[in-house]
Amino acid sequence: MTHQGEVLLAVNGLKTYFNTDDGVVKSVDGVTFHIKKGETLAVVGESGSGKSVTSLSIMRLIPMPPGEIKDGEILFTGKDGVQRNLVTLPEAEMRRIRGNDISMIFQEPMTSLNPVYTIGDQIGEAVMLHQGKTKRESLEVATEMLRLVGIPAPEKRVNEYPHQMSGGMRQRVMIAMALSCNPALLIADEPTTALDVTIQAQILDLMRKLQQEIGMSILFITHNLGVVAEMADRVVVMYGGRVVEEGDVVEIFKAPRHPYTMGLLNSIPRAGDAAHVPGQPKQRLEAIPGNVPNPLNLPPGCPFEPRCKFAVEACSEAVPPLFDTGGGHMARCIRWQEFEQAQVEVNA
Amino acid sequence: MTRTVITADPGDVSVAAQTPGVVAAPQTAETLLEVNNLEKYFPIRGGLLSRVVGNVKAVNDVSFKLGRGEVVGLVGESGSGKTTAGRAILRLIEPTGGQVLFNGTDITRLSKGQMRDYRREMQIIFQDPFASLNPRMTVSDIIGEAMQIHNLHPGKDRVDRIAELLAKVGLRPEHMRRYPHEFSGGQRQRIGIARALAVNPSFIVADEPVSALDVSIQAQVVNLLQDLQEELGLTVLFIAHDLAVVEYICDRIIVMYLGRVMEIAPSRELNTNPKHPYTEALLSAAPVPDPTVKRQRIILEGDIPSPINPPSGCVFRTRCRYAIDDCAKIIPELREVGPQHFKACIRDDIL
Ligand SMILES: Nc1ncnc2c1ncn2[C@@H]1O[C@H](COP(=O)(O)OP(=O)(O)OP(=O)(O)O)[C@@H](O)[C@H]1O
Ligand SMILES: Nc1ncnc2c1ncn2[C@@H]1O[C@H](COP(=O)(O)OP(=O)(O)O)[C@@H](O)[C@H]1O
Ligand code: SF4
Ligand code: SF4
Ligand SMILES: [Mg+2]
Ligand SMILES: [Mg+2]
Repeated sequence: MTHQGEVLLAVNGLKTYFNTDDGVVKSVDGVTFHIKKGETLAVVGESGSGKSVTSLSIMRLIPMPPGEIKDGEILFTGKDGVQRNLVTLPEAEMRRIRGNDISMIFQEPMTSLNPVYTIGDQIGEAVMLHQGKTKRESLEVATEMLRLVGIPAPEKRVNEYPHQMSGGMRQRVMIAMALSCNPALLIADEPTTALDVTIQAQILDLMRKLQQEIGMSILFITHNLGVVAEMADRVVVMYGGRVVEEGDVVEIFKAPRHPYTMGLLNSIPRAGDAAHVPGQPKQRLEAIPGNVPNPLNLPPGCPFEPRCKFAVEACSEAVPPLFDTGGGHMARCIRWQEFEQAQVEVNA
Repeated sequence: MTRTVITADPGDVSVAAQTPGVVAAPQTAETLLEVNNLEKYFPIRGGLLSRVVGNVKAVNDVSFKLGRGEVVGLVGESGSGKTTAGRAILRLIEPTGGQVLFNGTDITRLSKGQMRDYRREMQIIFQDPFASLNPRMTVSDIIGEAMQIHNLHPGKDRVDRIAELLAKVGLRPEHMRRYPHEFSGGQRQRIGIARALAVNPSFIVADEPVSALDVSIQAQVVNLLQDLQEELGLTVLFIAHDLAVVEYICDRIIVMYLGRVMEIAPSRELNTNPKHPYTEALLSAAPVPDPTVKRQRIILEGDIPSPINPPSGCVFRTRCRYAIDDCAKIIPELREVGPQHFKACIRDDIL
């Protein structure tokens, strides 16, 4: 699905910090990645690793204060073909980008829809704002969008309120709203985490279809490795506010080079796995020990060091750089070459 | 405790086949829990006089058995009645119909006082580790509360028992004096598990115990539950929506939809050879963590219908791709379609 090479969004050395009573939380600490046109990039990582803060930084929706974009640039090429640095863009221009060039679907569909306005008014508002349409025209667009996302009887639903819909329908409304202006980039922050697998399958299917029609890029934030495998062209793995691994989706699943990524992949049971098969020794999942790191108290060296079974003394000396392991695959681990060697031997 | 070995017990099976409404025998000879035609309706009141104008049929005619030491999964979409069934079995909410036989005694008929001894035997682990612990109680109070109620381990003994439980769930004795907010999600779920174990139960309902946790932490808690089940010989009803996790730790799986049981089968069998269209769709919807697998999914249209007015006949028919006219007329009986394998669907020419 990639349109060879053309970069839509490039995040370079982004640092977003929060000044709290307990100290400075370095939520995003030097994050670099890019998304090409038409591509789906998945961002994975555990709770608090900085996924949402990264996407809110791109949208410039970080509450300031306490938040602050300390450093870095976010280069985005709009539908007009002009490249801008979103970090320094005046707020008035940023407002034109939001909803028009870049849209976002949030983690919680109920809290991000306004309960006192009809669905039609909420979708229509963005259309009026960005496309200069009249109220009547915008309602027509809204109805069309609801039809597009597969809501039955859209002429009727357009006049209803969010509480009259199920969770899956509200999430469709969010998507309809996000896509009503044909954005170049859709940021989807856990769009299906609160939904059942059957509804999740509907929404993922819908997103894929619409992506093919509109040709947009998707930044897909999720915890669910199944969803990653299904949706992503490339994957960025975050840990403790940093990118620890990046690469093509097949590479990441087949040949991970960072122990955190390996741990995540090993900790999920696969279809057909059973803890106990009669006559065979009991199995255990290979869990990652310890807890999600405290952002106020990250270790001086590799942030994963306290939980890493491969840790050696050198790991706690300095934060490892992102090593280029070849073919667009990067890993922030000083021992990545040994894993590559081990995988070669296993496969031989 | 040795694990129950999967053997089709011919005696049990034939009994099940002959007794309508009493089906799905467990794999062990000894039955610990038998649920017969369990029903829980929540009345909807309306109008000036607040009269009952309808019912939410959350659980409708649910029957199954659990063998001692068995781990059985209960899966289905949200709203299918899993939590309600789990709580009605424990009488945390009162069932409106049916029987719950625990060791042969119908506990739905017991008085509050008589129920006390059974409460000790039957415990629950809640889904949300953040909401289920009282923020104003210390860990020691939380774990000690049930011991207090049941007058277990009085005096100095209690502190030792709490320390022992904390160690069992991978926490440290000094955590006793802390409050829930000082713990991570995974640690709080461990506290919830220690609380459930405090009174030495033989049966535990685990209501989505890992759903709210990060992937890396989920595996820790799954391993812990599995170790404890084995060590203590617990019988577990494991409610979840992640089929891979359920298949991994459960001996058998019960699939629910709109308050009713759709299918019951041994885990491996259910996953490889589903016989009910809803199970087929549920399995197909789960994303596979392998980017090289590209498969055709069955996308179920629409949402789960309202349990206030469930469809006539088979409740799944409005979303079933195999539905025929008869499906609207007949409520399918749960019947045996293979060894230990039961389905509530009238069609045998599919799947
Ligand atoms: N407004 C804020 N004030 C202070 N700290 C914040 C704020 N917003 C986020 N943080 C901190 O920034 C870090 C990253 O948070 P973020 O929301 O990006 O995590 P995430 O990766 O999206 O996690 P999840 O998977 O739970 O959604 C966390 O430590 C969080 O507590
Ligand atoms: N206290 C209650 N009053 C009315 N309806 C309820 C109540 N508790 C649950 N329900 C309804 O019963 C049905 C089953 O709910 P639940 O058992 O929580 O499902 P699950 O755990 O499978 O998601 C749902 O339609 C739910 O809205
Ligand atoms: S740098 Fe060291 S501690 Fe960090 S992931 Fe690699 S081996 Fe583990
Ligand atoms: S009884 Fe009919 S509607 Fe119900 S699952 Fe079977 S085929 Fe589908
Ligand atoms: Mg987030
Ligand atoms: Mg529930």
